[in-house]
Amino acid sequence: MSIRHGLLALLERGQMYGYQLRAAFEESTGSTWPLNIGQVYTTLSRLERDGLVRPLPESEAGQRPYEITDAGRADLALWFATPISRTDRPRDELAIKLALALTTPGVDVRAVVQTQRTATMRALQEFTRLKYASDRPEDLPWRLVLDAMVFQAEAEIRWLDHCETSLVRHRPAPGPGGRAGPGRPAEADRDGEEARR
Amino acid sequence: MSGTGGAPTTRPDPPDPHHGPGGPADRGRPVDRAGPDAAARPGDDPHGPATTAVLDVRDVHRTHGSGDAAVHALRGVSLTVAPGELVAVMGPSGSGKSTLLALAGGLDGPTAGEIRVEGQALGALDPRALARLRRRRIGYIFQNLNLLGSLTAAENVALPLELDGVGVRQGRRAARTALAEVGLAELGDRFPDQLSGGQQQRVAIARALVGERRLVLADEPTGALDSQTGEAVLRLLRRRVDAGAAAVLVTHEARHAGWADRVVFLRDGVMVDSTAPLGSVEQLLAGSGR
Repeated sequence: MSIRHGLLALLERGQMYGYQLRAAFEESTGSTWPLNIGQVYTTLSRLERDGLVRPLPESEAGQRPYEITDAGRADLALWFATPISRTDRPRDELAIKLALALTTPGVDVRAVVQTQRTATMRALQEFTRLKYASDRPEDLPWRLVLDAMVFQAEAEIRWLDHCETSLVRHRPAPGPGGRAGPGRPAEADRDGEEARR
Repeated sequence: MSGTGGAPTTRPDPPDPHHGPGGPADRGRPVDRAGPDAAARPGDDPHGPATTAVLDVRDVHRTHGSGDAAVHALRGVSLTVAPGELVAVMGPSGSGKSTLLALAGGLDGPTAGEIRVEGQALGALDPRALARLRRRRIGYIFQNLNLLGSLTAAENVALPLELDGVGVRQGRRAARTALAEVGLAELGDRFPDQLSGGQQQRVAIARALVGERRLVLADEPTGALDSQTGEAVLRLLRRRVDAGAAAVLVTHEARHAGWADRVVFLRDGVMVDSTAPLGSVEQLLAGSGR
């Protein structure tokens, strides 16, 4: 998601100035996505350039509120109506890291898997704890954001479990020195050969 | 770890993603995060920490069979659970999680090592004393609910107390309290087949919590429940633990293990890693600018 659509959605509720937008953005994402005020103003000026928002006269306190335009509403409606493409998401660094770990000599892939699993599990515990602490009805948007993070962490752990199982089948277990060099067939490798016969 | 339960002021170590099994040499070695004072056994020393671990599993081995046919279900596992602490045990099938739970609950005995519940070494108890401890202090929640169809919900919940010689009237009163705790105060007179799956599961939890149980042992307690109902079950468990009980939750679902204060990972009968204990919600919020 872009900050742009986040700000448009907030302006759809009514006119707001920069600091209000920042506070409302962080509130609606449960502070999981902190914005700096510079990002807010940069985004607002781009939205203005594209005709999606329009600045209003400054208040006496020197704050300039913005309001959404009809073009902005159409853009926002389109955003809500369009599924997020998987290719728009950042590349999965963890998947790339594991792929490289498999082909880099001297790397204990299972240790990489376990270290990541423990760290992800710890994050999942944190999300759950925050969810447990937010049980007021008005916490629902925040709880759903937390749920999304819970399910993502769960998916990552399941994938790591899957990787571990695949490693047992297909890769020589590294010896005590952590090197799985040639000429040292490990148990897992023999298992693999038996399976192929 | 022992000590986190009664001392919320203790700041946990900052989360460290590199905290896991550091080098390859660590792999497969049991991980003991009890720290340097782990040797100070709460149950042994009357001048020791005021908080006695509810469950203390020490270097436990469990082998089934012997010789070439021997299966090593557990190979030197240690685990301490303090009051107010929920520990999740994760691992694939055959990693030893259910064996660990059976040993912790005195349903099975270790081949080597020691298990203490509230400071009492289970191995030192005669069968009658062990049965009494199991009935009075330990609650079990299994995937298979084992509710008796010919008894009402309240009668099912009161059963462990009545087996223990508690009077019917007193047992029923305790059962009502336990059913109210799981939100079923109005349904005590229904029979199991008049309740939904989620309600039956809550009856089973009320039965595990009835009376003064300090140690709750749960093996995949959410069974086949849908995710909302399953979460309600875990909230109940969490609340009971926050009120001072200790619990061990065996699960292969990371989302369920997320309710724990600490998650330990078993592989082939060995504990390979463990998450660092959580801080307070305030600390988590302060650090959630990820």
